[in-house]
Formats: sequence, structure tokens, C-alpha cells
Amino acid sequence: MIKTGSQILLDALIREGVEYIFGIPGGVVLPLFDKLYDSPIKFILTRHEQAAGHAADGYARATGKVGVCLATSGPGATNLVTAIATAHMDSIPIVAITGQVKTFLIGNDAFQEADIVGITRPITKHSYLVKDIKDIARIVKEAFYIANTGRRGPVLIDLPVDITIEKCEEVIPTTVDLPGYKPKYEGNIRQIKIAADVINSAKQPVVYTGGGIITSESSGELLELAEKGNLPVTTTLMGLGGFPEDHHLSLGMLGMHGTVYANFAVTECDVLIAIGSRFDDRVTGKIDEFAPHAKIVHIDIDPASISKNIQVDIPVVGDAKNILQELNKQIHFAERKEWFDKIKQWKKKNPLTYNKSEDVIKPQYVIEQICEAAKGNAIITTEVGQNQMWAAQYFTYTKPRTFISSGGMGTMGYGFPAAIGAQLGRPDNIVVDIAGDGSIQMNIQELSTVARLNIPVKIAILNNGCLGMVRQWQELFYNKRYSGINLNGNPDFVKLAEAYGAAGFLVEKKDDVRPTIEKAFSIKGPVIMDFRVDPNENVFPMVPAGQAIHRMIGTMA
Amino acid sequence: MRHVISILVENKVGVLARITGLISGRGFNIDSLAVGETENPALSRITLVVRGDEAILEQVRKQIGKIIDVIKVVDFTNEEFVERDLMLIRVNVPAGKRGEIIEIIDIFRGKIVDVGQKDLVIEIAGTEEKLDALLNLLRPYGIKELVRTGSIAIARGVK
Repeated sequence: MIKTGSQILLDALIREGVEYIFGIPGGVVLPLFDKLYDSPIKFILTRHEQAAGHAADGYARATGKVGVCLATSGPGATNLVTAIATAHMDSIPIVAITGQVKTFLIGNDAFQEADIVGITRPITKHSYLVKDIKDIARIVKEAFYIANTGRRGPVLIDLPVDITIEKCEEVIPTTVDLPGYKPKYEGNIRQIKIAADVINSAKQPVVYTGGGIITSESSGELLELAEKGNLPVTTTLMGLGGFPEDHHLSLGMLGMHGTVYANFAVTECDVLIAIGSRFDDRVTGKIDEFAPHAKIVHIDIDPASISKNIQVDIPVVGDAKNILQELNKQIHFAERKEWFDKIKQWKKKNPLTYNKSEDVIKPQYVIEQICEAAKGNAIITTEVGQNQMWAAQYFTYTKPRTFISSGGMGTMGYGFPAAIGAQLGRPDNIVVDIAGDGSIQMNIQELSTVARLNIPVKIAILNNGCLGMVRQWQELFYNKRYSGINLNGNPDFVKLAEAYGAAGFLVEKKDDVRPTIEKAFSIKGPVIMDFRVDPNENVFPMVPAGQAIHRMIGTMA
Repeated sequence: MRHVISILVENKVGVLARITGLISGRGFNIDSLAVGETENPALSRITLVVRGDEAILEQVRKQIGKIIDVIKVVDFTNEEFVERDLMLIRVNVPAGKRGEIIEIIDIFRGKIVDVGQKDLVIEIAGTEEKLDALLNLLRPYGIKELVRTGSIAIARGVK
């Protein structure tokens, strides 16, 4: 059938199962939007392209499907850059489609021209500049395949406007032919056997898992591994929800703001089983003192992750689900009483806790109350900073795809638009963005999007009147010389919510915290809760940057 | 340490930019780079010579391998391989020295491809060492211009 480039693109997206496109129109994508007018794909108009990118990313994290965002050329495309980088750092499958000036104008400094393929090259898994209408269908198929296989990541398709107007006979591709891209899914059987032997004979093992467990949908296999082998499990920030934190084998999160017992266990373990995690510097602290006595097993789909930061003894490259299924067959139960006694002592001596108060609202208390009120049915997104760490520490995650946060990139302004994508992808869940008063203002314009479409995202602002994590570092490491952190001049968030057509509540008393959360959850529309929290509260425990992870400050012991 | 890395890629736009970006992004300079089609016109071979920290280069090599359009990456450093670099030199010919220079070129099995009143253009292929040795001998006469292709390399024997 003869179709325009725009129609071929949209039909290819439908074949990939795309429900939503997040974005903003503009000059060179007008032909595409004209076809979108008749398309079954729902277009979500955000108020900034960065938010469109994060919404696509939040949708992907909440559903496991590829998120799609769309922007016009030039500034529309460059506004996507932070969102693409965020998805790239956390291995999230999104396809970003950008309009481009006419093919013959490329490189001529045309109006709204930017070399977006060049700009995003280091932050995309792959990218395409479409030069021929006949390539569109194939490129879309490849883009979705590349984004959502192997180690996931963002793919960019840059589409010149003339190609969207041209017509040609549509040829639907049935297979993907990429000779250079063959992700390895099956783990090496011999390596798995060696790993099983090492794990079975371990006296003090720890399993350390990351986002790979969630991406590969292998939390069931992980639970089986832990229970069958009697192995304690700690997760990274990206791995939260991959292992139930209410399980007796859970050590919670490790790393810079991890639990004392997780960090102690990793430091003292004799076998460390890393799965779908990449030994990020926020996890390892000082490399030389990270798990110094351990034989390290590393299961990962990305061969480039092996021995990148930490020398690995037993690498197993492949898909975590496949490998764990094979590994679990060979794992035996061992009691390891001494090891678990030790862990129990650490847990008793250094529980994850904070100084409770009746006079002021502690931010940790807000998170705990959100957790209780949600009864395990919430998806939490976060901004970045103290709010993110408290959300990681004080909400009990039990299911995958319930904690959505910018881990690698640490993008402030991520949580709210990501919540929009998550809410659309998972309409039956309560979606709560845990925010700071700084971060929320980085994409606050999206209140318009949620109010207009009645997307019932709840925003919990832990309002401390400053850029809290920076304040914390300046307090601890810069002699309390507070520089550039004061958020004097914050808007009245309640009035702001109302101005956009959302509900807003101010919470200044501890007793009002829970009832306000309940009220917000009962409202079938977007809500801002402005919690005025203790401005002096810090995130503890904490490993100072560059220190060994067992040297934590702010612990009770 | 000097690494000769041979990369088989799909002959597509952007692949070279991705490879050089991975290297330059880590602050490494590329000593030489040669690109050309292979026996299969859909594929190209990139040979690049780079120096740097072993661990970082190992990571670079793995990251290059992950590029979608890269089919194979081989680091020849610990392998048996044949390496050739092609050079064109315009060398100054001082009065009475023409015979002497031609003699040197003959020893190195170079070819004279252009003759001027006061200079010669020489074509020579070989390893980097051989080319450098010739240059050292010619330098006293005055080298007016120099062009090199950069190394290309191929494995010895059949594995």
C-alpha cells in the first residue's frame, strides 16, 4: 500500500504495541501530527520535552514496555537530552523520535536545526538519521528491538520532514537483521557450575542485586535462589523491589545510604554474588576495601560490565532469568548459623532508624505513613536528593517495578514526569512522586498535563526550604558554609496546585500527615501534599564519598 | 602501551563517530586510524592505533564491541600480525646528493613516484618502525612534506 512517511512511522509504532506517545509538536513534525490526529495511539501533550522523555521512561520502568517520546527539531530535540541520558544511565528502553529539517537543509544552519544524532551519540544505545522513506519501517522495528533486548537503553530516530511527506509502497519487515548485535542470553554452563559450587561452599555469602533483576523479570528466581540457598540479599537503589524487603533474608539497600548491616555484610562476606548490578561508585565506596575477602560471582547481560570497576572471579554473562533458573537447580541449603547470628547482631545494634519527634514532621515519618497507607499497592517515583534516599530507605518495597528513580544520572525533576508515565502504564496503582521542594520545581509545569488529563498522580513534597542534600554535604564536609541552597521564595504549593486545577494540601503538624495522605489517595485526580518537614534532618547512615562502605557516619552505634 | 585494534563494522553512517567518541571521550589520542571496505562491500575494517592505560583500553575495547554496527573487535597486541603503513615523502635534494638519497631509498625498497628540480617524492610501505627508520635517514636532507595512511593490520596464519 502507498503511504506517506508519517503514516508508515505511525503504523510501525502500532505494530510495536505503542499505546502512548509523550511529546510536544512543532514545525517539522506537523505532517506526523496530522496523521497522529487519526491514530489510535494516544498522544500525551507535556509542557516541556524533558518531561515527555521522563514520562516515556517512567512508563517503561512501570510496565517493562518501550516508552516513546516525540519532539520537534532543534530545541525540541535538545530538550530531550537530559531524559535520554537518564534512560541511558539506568538502561531503560525508550525510543525518542525527533523531527529534523529537510534532508537537503541538514548542515546548513536551517531554522530549528540541531545535530541531535551527534549530540546524543554518547547517551544512546543506538541512533538513526532516516535518509530514505523506504528505511522507516525497518528502522522502527530495529529501534524497538535494540531498545528492549540485551542491556536495555534509549534509541533515537531522527526524521527529516521531507521524508515524512514523501510517499512510497509500504514494505513491512518481518525479521531484524543486525549482524553486530547478538545479545547473549544463555549463561555458560561451566561457569554456572563453578558459581554454584562456590556459593554452596560459602560460609558468609551475600547476594547483591541491581536493576537487572527487574529488567529481566527475575525476582521470582532471585527469591528462589535466596530461599533455596539460605542467602541474605541486599539490593542497590535500582534493584529496590527486586527482592521483598519484608523477607527475613533481606538486608535492604547497600551503598552510600544503605543499611549498616548490608554494608557490613558485604565487607565481611566470603562470597559476593552480584546479579544485574554494575559495582557503581555509590555502591562500592572505596574500591580497595570493597568486599576485600570475597570471591566475586558476577551475573550480568553486559560483558563490558564484567571487571569494569571490581575484579570479578567468576563472571557469567547472560540473562539473569535464564542463568538463575539453571543456577537454582544446583544450589543447596546451608544453615550458616554463625553468619546469620552476626547479621542479626548488626541488625539489632544498627537498625535503620531516625530520631523520632512529636513536635516537627520528620521526612522519614512521611515516607513510612505513605507506605502504610498505600498497603503495598503504590508505585513510588522520586526526585533526586534527600527525598530520593528517604524514599529508598523508609518505604518497604516488596514488588518489582514499584520504585522508579533516576539512579545513575541523578536527575532532579525526574520523578513527577516519570510518575505521569507510570500512572498511564499502570492505571490501577496509586502513583506517588516523593519530591523535594527544589526538585519538584524542575518540572512543575507538568501540573498542567496532569490536571488537564486528570492523571491522578500524588506528589508528596518533603518541603525543607532548601536544597537538602547539598545542605547536608555542606554541613558535614564544608564547615556549615551554606552556599546556594536557600529556596527562599518558594511558591505556595497549595495555591500553585489549585491554579493549575489540581488539589493541594499544606501539612504542618505531624497528626495531619496520615489523614492528608488518606485524603489524597481517595481523590481521583492529581494532588500536591506540601509537608513542612524538619529542615535540619539529614540522610543517615552515610558513607562519605570515597570512603570504604563499612565506615559509615550517623549510625546509632 | 601501543595497541593495534582491528574493528570489523557494518558500512553505515555514524559507526566511526561512535568508535572515536568512545576513545576521545576518555581523553585518549588516536595515533592513527585507517578505514576501508573489506572483501564484502557491506563491511568495513577500521584499524586504529592507540596508547593508554591497559585497564581503560580493555574497557574501551569492550564498549566498542557493544556498538550495534560493530561486528568484531580484535586487539592485535598479544597476537601474531602483519602491519603496514603507507607513506609519501617529499624530500629535499641538495646539490650533489641525489645519488646518495636514491641509494637509501633502494635499500628500504621505496619507490620514487615523482621527480622535481630540487626534490623527490617517495612512496614506501612497511611497519611503523621501518618507516620511522627511513625518516631518520632522510631528515638531514630536509623533509618538505609527509603523508601517512596510518597502520593497517591483518592476522598471521589461519586460526
